[in-house]
This record gives sequence, C-alpha cells and structure tokens, in this order.
Amino acid sequence: MSDLLEVRDLSVAFETEAGRVHAVHHVDLTLPRGTTLGLVGESGCGKSTLGRAILQILPENGAMTGSVRFDGRELTDLPEKELRAIRGRNVAMIFQDPMTRLNPLMRVQDHFLDTLRSHEPAIEKAAALERARKVLADVRVPADRMGMYPHELSGGMRQRIMIALCLLFHPTLLIADEPTTSLDVIIEAQILQLLRRLMSEYDMSVLLITHNLGLVAQYSDRVAVMYAGEIAEEGDTVGLFRDPKHPYTQGLLRSVIDLDTTQLYSVRGTPPSLLGRPQGCPFHPRCEKRMDICQTVDPSIRLVGDDARRVACHLYPEGQHDRADS
Amino acid sequence: MATGYGRGRVSVVGRLFSTFLKHSKTGAGLAVWAGIVIVLSILVLALFAPFLAPYGPEQYFGNLLPPGGAHLMGTDRQGYDVFSRVLWGARIPLGVVALSTVLSLVIGLPLGLLSGYKGGRLDRLLVLIMDSVYAFPGLLLAIAIAAVIGRGLINISFAIAVVYAPTYFRVIRNHVSSVKQQTYVEAARALSIPRRGIIARYILPNVSQNIPVIFSINAADAILTEAGLAFLGLGFPPGTPDWGSDISLNWQVFDTAWWATFYPGLFILILATALTFVGEGLNDILNPLLRKRAPPGAEGR
Repeated sequence: MSDLLEVRDLSVAFETEAGRVHAVHHVDLTLPRGTTLGLVGESGCGKSTLGRAILQILPENGAMTGSVRFDGRELTDLPEKELRAIRGRNVAMIFQDPMTRLNPLMRVQDHFLDTLRSHEPAIEKAAALERARKVLADVRVPADRMGMYPHELSGGMRQRIMIALCLLFHPTLLIADEPTTSLDVIIEAQILQLLRRLMSEYDMSVLLITHNLGLVAQYSDRVAVMYAGEIAEEGDTVGLFRDPKHPYTQGLLRSVIDLDTTQLYSVRGTPPSLLGRPQGCPFHPRCEKRMDICQTVDPSIRLVGDDARRVACHLYPEGQHDRADS
Repeated sequence: MATGYGRGRVSVVGRLFSTFLKHSKTGAGLAVWAGIVIVLSILVLALFAPFLAPYGPEQYFGNLLPPGGAHLMGTDRQGYDVFSRVLWGARIPLGVVALSTVLSLVIGLPLGLLSGYKGGRLDRLLVLIMDSVYAFPGLLLAIAIAAVIGRGLINISFAIAVVYAPTYFRVIRNHVSSVKQQTYVEAARALSIPRRGIIARYILPNVSQNIPVIFSINAADAILTEAGLAFLGLGFPPGTPDWGSDISLNWQVFDTAWWATFYPGLFILILATALTFVGEGLNDILNPLLRKRAPPGAEGR
C-alpha cells in the first residue's frame, strides 16, 4: 500500500506588496499510515504554510507548485468540489489559537450541524446532534456545552471542540498546526494525550506542526526540521535527537534547556527573510561549519547513514539522490 | 456582544434589543428611544389618518384661511385643510423611505458581501461603480433617475435606493474584508463549509451590527431626498397629499400664509431628526470604537 501522504517538490510563494515571499521551497515529505510526523522549525519557517498547502487552503495571494498525493490521489489537480469532499472528511486540520477558531456568534452545536450538513446535506437534525454528542464524548467534553457560545468556554475546551469537529468523519490524516501553543502545560498534556488516544481509536495519522522540540520527541515517530522553507533534516525521532547531522538541527537541539543547563545556547543570527532567497544554503550565514561551497550552491537533500536519515548539507557526500522525481 | 450566560436561543434581534436596554439610561440610549417613539407616532398618525384627520385630503374650504377654529393649521392655496393634509401626507414619505431603504439594503448588502469576500477584479469593479455613484450629489442623481424612469412610489423609491446603496456596500464590503481574515473563517474552510455557508453564517452575522445604523441614517436622509424630489415636481400627481409637494405648492405665498408651508416643513424636520437620533444613538451603542468603557459586568468575554 502506498504511503498516506506524499509531498513532492512542493513550493509555495506569496505575492505581497514587498515582493515574492518563498514560504516553502522544494519540500519532499512522506507520511506512512498510522504514524506521526513532527514538523519543527522556527516561527516563519513555512511549516504552517506547508500544512495549509496540503489541505489547499492557502490565502488568495499564495501560489503553489509540486505534488501532494493523499491516499494515492493527487490533490493539486482535483477540482474544488472533490477537494471539498476530502477536506474536513479525510484530511482535517486543527490550528493554534483555539480561542478564535470558533464563530463567536454560533453555539457549539451549530458548528457541528453546519459541518455535518456541509458534507451530508440530507442529515436529520436529531441524527446530527447524536453524532456531535458522540464525538464530544470522545474528546471528553460534557454534553451540556453543546448549547453554549464559544466565549463561555475555556481555550482547552474550545480546542477539544475543534478536534471533535475534525473527528466527525473519522479522518485518516489530521494536520495539527501548533495545537497547544496558546494553552498552558497541563491542558497541553491533556490535549496531546487525547490526540494520541484518538490516533489509535480512529486509526489516524498525524502531521504535528510545532516549534516545541519536547513535544516532537515525545509524540512523533519521525521528525522533519524545516529551515527557511526547506527541509534541513528528516529522520527517525530517536536517531535524529541522539545524533543530529545538520548544523541547524545541532544548534536547535543545543538550545533546548534542561536542569543541567548552565549557559543558554542560541543559534547566532536570525533566519533569512524569505523575500527573495539568499544564494547558496539558506543557513550558511548562521552556520558554524560553513564552507566555500555553502555560499553558492543550495545543498540538495541526501541520504546520510543507514537509518533513512535525509540531510540537506554539504558536510555529507551526496550519495544516491533520493528525490523521487527528476 | 454580551449576552450574559443565557443558554437559550438568542437571535441577532434579541441581542440588539438587550444591548439597547442596557444603554437606555445613557444619552445614546435616550436618543434612540426618543427617535423610535417619534417615528412610531408619525407612523400611527399616517396609518390612522382616515380616523384622526378632521377632513379628507382634498376637501375644499376656502383658500388660505389662517390657523384657528375649525382649521388647526389653516388651509392652503387650494383651500384644503393643512392639518389633515399633514396627516395624510405622512404616508408617502414614510412609504418611500421604507421602500427605498429596504431596496438599497437589498442592493448594497449582497454586493458588499460578494465584493468583500471574493476580492480581486470583481471587487475593484464594484468599488469603482459604487464610488462613482457615491461621489455624485445624491439629490441630483435621484432627479436624473426619476426623470428617466418616471414618477410613482416605486420609481421614486428606486431612484432613492440607488443613491443610498453605496453606503451599505462600502461599509459591509470593508468590514467583510477584515472579518474574512478571522481565524474562524479559515477553520470553517478547513472543515469544508461551502462558500455560501461561510458568507451566510460566519461572515454576515459578524458584520450585521453595521446595518441598523446605516439603515436609520439613510432613512433620515431619504426623507429629505423624497421631499426634495417632490418639491421639484418629480414626485406624485398634483393633489396627492405629500409634505414635499405641499411645500412646493405653497412656498410662493409664504409671506402671506406661512402656515401652508411651515407645517409640512416642520414634520419633515421632525421625522428626519428623529431618524437621525435613532441612527446616531445606535452608532454610539453598537460601534465599539465610539463606545466608552462598558459598565462592569456588561462585557461577557
């Protein structure tokens, strides 16, 4: 069976008044069934844009090229009507800021009715409410919240409701874009435990987009590290955390603080502006292991070692090119 | 908008009403209430004119009799009772205003939603058209349209509706283009809510607080435009009781018989002012930028 999600050579650019912003640049990603892929990177590195591009809900000024195959179907050529049947049904997405993700003028149950009717216009109200109650019970939201307005609920409660809305149709892929960023640590842990439980109950794969390395280490099977719109390194979570290959990943992991930390480490400099890309490797201005070639040639992603690790760095010899196309 | 912790169905109207009650002790609330009471009283006078007016609108008594005695407001050049004509004459302005504001809402609101939501070339085109209409002096445009399509309640209302449609369009369009950036709209897209549903249930209710304000301010202005058209002879057949037409017939004898012009004019002023009170008061209440800090406990978030 093919992988659930295959992203090939995906690029997204936004036309803005300041010029073209290359938010995602030739990204390849694979998500096998039943697994969790963590997508990490700094703010503005393109990880949220990548999530939206998979679901094809980019803002109007965004243009994408490349291929997104979901469950063997190419999403980029699908007409809007067929995409709508997949979106929310087979692929669902939860976002950061759960406080503002529900329509302030609609009660909780109306969100469920609205979503259900969008996919099943003929559904009866009683049946729809019954299904809403069932998924709400799955995310441990008491049934009396159904009649409330979003402002009457806490952030954690609202995120559970967003998750419940996504679960209505038993999606096979859930894109979780910083699902716990604005929540406190206790609620964060609850939400993630919930997601993990739902993953097995609903047989879902998850693309977990986050800047929190701890979350990724704990909850994902594989990790992709994004930098300036490109995948810098991708590999098995345990392997990657034990032995990071890309200088950016090494820096990122060194900047995690623990109880033994005596001095705070941070990667020098700031991420490049994505308005017009710098020549060479996007990380070279901040890299401690910079070589001459790094300033002129953008390294292609290559297999390093034998644990299916992919790294985009000139430090490692380019062996067999693992890009599926070209 | 604060609805307390009510669990029941709270409609948009209900929400407006409760906000309203909360402000009834402030200046803005008083203005709204006063305006509504005046408008409703004039409406009652117009509806029950057959019972309230002492005479029929085209009953002859003798030209330009001064106020007093059997004729509270005197008689006009045609010898009709001014008081009776003021009551009967409220029907046309009220009818035109109601019809024209509803028509302009029907034109301006959907176009504003569409333009704001879709953006792009359609939006630029609609904005251009609406701005050109808006830039035109209102009365002049209404005269031009009325001159082309002719007289009559519906035609006059349409001419006035065209003049005011851009105000709905502009306000709604601008508000929509900011509301559509709200994260709950993106979430709705991610759940595959169809575009029509997003506009109807996620965007429209969140921009609807603009409507009552524009509605009443436009209504106030429409009263004046209707009177202006009637004054210029673009209104209704001669003899039809209508404030603007009556002024037009009698203003030349203002020096000798002020009452035949004064009373219709006074009612135009009262009605326009009352509607302005409603509009400005609602604006103070509903526009959060103008609203001073809400009283403690009024904010439900």
